[in-house]
Amino acid sequence: MTLLEVTLSDRCKRVRALTCALIYHAGSGHPGGSLSCVDVLTWLWDDAFADKPPGGERGDQLILSKGHACPALYALAHQYGLLPATDMTRLRALGSALQGHPDVVTLPWVGTSTGSLGQGFSVAVGRALGLRLQDDPGRTYVLLGDGELQEGECWEAAMSAAHFGLDHLTAIVDYNGLQSDDQNANIMGLEPLADKWRAFGWNVTVIDGHDLDAIDGAINEARRVTARPTVVIANTTKGKGVSYMEDSPLWHGSVELRDEELESALRELDVPEQDLSSWIDGSFFS
Amino acid sequence: MSNVTIDDGPSLIGTSGDSLREAFGKALVEFAPEFPQVVVLDADIAGGTGTHHFRSAYPDRFIQFGIAEQNMMAAAGGLASTGLIPVVTSFAVFCLRALEQARLSIAYSQRNVKIVASHPGLDVGPDGGSAQCLEDLAAFRAIPGMLVLSPADPIEMRLATRAMLAHEGPVYMRTGRSPVGRIFDEDHRFEIGRGQIVRPGTDLTIVACGVEVGRALRAAEELAADGIDARVVNMPTLSPIDTDLLECCAEETHAFVTAEDHSVNGGLGSAVAEALAQRRPAPIEFVAVREFGCSGEPDELAERFHIDSTAIAVAARRVVLRTRIL
Repeated sequence: MTLLEVTLSDRCKRVRALTCALIYHAGSGHPGGSLSCVDVLTWLWDDAFADKPPGGERGDQLILSKGHACPALYALAHQYGLLPATDMTRLRALGSALQGHPDVVTLPWVGTSTGSLGQGFSVAVGRALGLRLQDDPGRTYVLLGDGELQEGECWEAAMSAAHFGLDHLTAIVDYNGLQSDDQNANIMGLEPLADKWRAFGWNVTVIDGHDLDAIDGAINEARRVTARPTVVIANTTKGKGVSYMEDSPLWHGSVELRDEELESALRELDVPEQDLSSWIDGSFFS
Repeated sequence: MSNVTIDDGPSLIGTSGDSLREAFGKALVEFAPEFPQVVVLDADIAGGTGTHHFRSAYPDRFIQFGIAEQNMMAAAGGLASTGLIPVVTSFAVFCLRALEQARLSIAYSQRNVKIVASHPGLDVGPDGGSAQCLEDLAAFRAIPGMLVLSPADPIEMRLATRAMLAHEGPVYMRTGRSPVGRIFDEDHRFEIGRGQIVRPGTDLTIVACGVEVGRALRAAEELAADGIDARVVNMPTLSPIDTDLLECCAEETHAFVTAEDHSVNGGLGSAVAEALAQRRPAPIEFVAVREFGCSGEPDELAERFHIDSTAIAVAARRVVLRTRIL
């Protein structure tokens, strides 16, 4: 393991801790599906956006189509200097830029407002088309939830991206297997998921979505594929990193974290013992 | 054996006649050089929406999305994020299908996207009630920041198309399927947010949009024969509505009839009533549709569903009577 990997892995832990703190201070939010996509988001941000944040008319853009995972995105943005520490206690607060779902008017770098599943995927298709029409080399990345794929619009978008040959568009499915009420399979089955994407004309890679090397390999492969878009199906664990949340649909929905729950999560995520109380009372971020 | 070839094939209804959709399609081509950022999005009905003109003239700026309006509508938001000006075109009823995409990915995201809907109202005619969209003005008017336009004749449609492209922000504009008569001269002026008095009068004001403007003018002629002096106002912008003009008309004529090829709920009549209720309340009668439509020719349907000139005249007599009783 290289030094860089250790650093990025530590970064993921810190993003997870901040995600929990954001939801705790907000009094509501979706922890399970935020924690499951942290490794993918962190690798991607570090690789593509660390030096040049998204949000311009040109260039690379990340779209969080599963908008309810925005605590992870806000935590990441803070880690890379786009949001001040004081915002970490302001998620979902009146007048805050950190809306309950990403809002492109208050935070231009989110690319589009999301929170209604399926739409971010179509917006990503439109952005990729717009860049190509104007000969811009920028790439578009879109993070999709697994439950989100039950929206018909996703398959309209998938069909169109392949039809247009958008090889500069990469979709990543955060396949944690759980949605609001239950397992995907018990709500509306998605399998055989990789075959569905292949049948729609996509290049498909299936990886362990918590393995940073695998994420690196898959996204870099996607950048080399020509003439068709790539989907990375990232097998993940809902609530990853917080043992009492892992693999439980109870932590999908908008939940309130109690003091002892946050404390337990922060301990697991290596927040130093002496900082725990200030993370909980918010003074750490003031 | 038949000698028919593709070249001798059927002529598409949509590409003939002096309709609002054809006027829109031709205007798009005319103004394309002035607005090089414009791209036109279609869901496999370019022959029906008038955008076939643009497709022929600017094939590289025409994007075919197939029969998938939700994807097309939200993708327009993505295209706009790169600085382009997407013009999303479909039938009004299918724009309604993608209403939530228009809400979140366009209006809420403050994207500079133009949504242009042909085939609104009973004017759709023979395709029947399933295709006759009577709810679009209400739905799009309810979205914050969404400009809502419904021009009345081909001359106004041309001007409104240019104004729409020059406007920074989301727009919903109705065109129309069936041939319509000319109302305005070539020197007509169109300004977003402004209505115009197209016929002077003092006894009441008939406020109309789209195909109903022509019917309102005919109703005013009928009323003149009865000694009722009806003013007719063309109101091509439904949101934001021209409250100043309405207030002026309330002072000068004291009573209103609104006329629209749309549901009675939430469209032009509602916009006029809301504006007047806040500024200068006045008696109003609403000429609008109160149920789903059905197949028939547009003029037959207008009579059957009481939005023809006779229905407007009846409403006018009723509202004048109300003012005299008051």
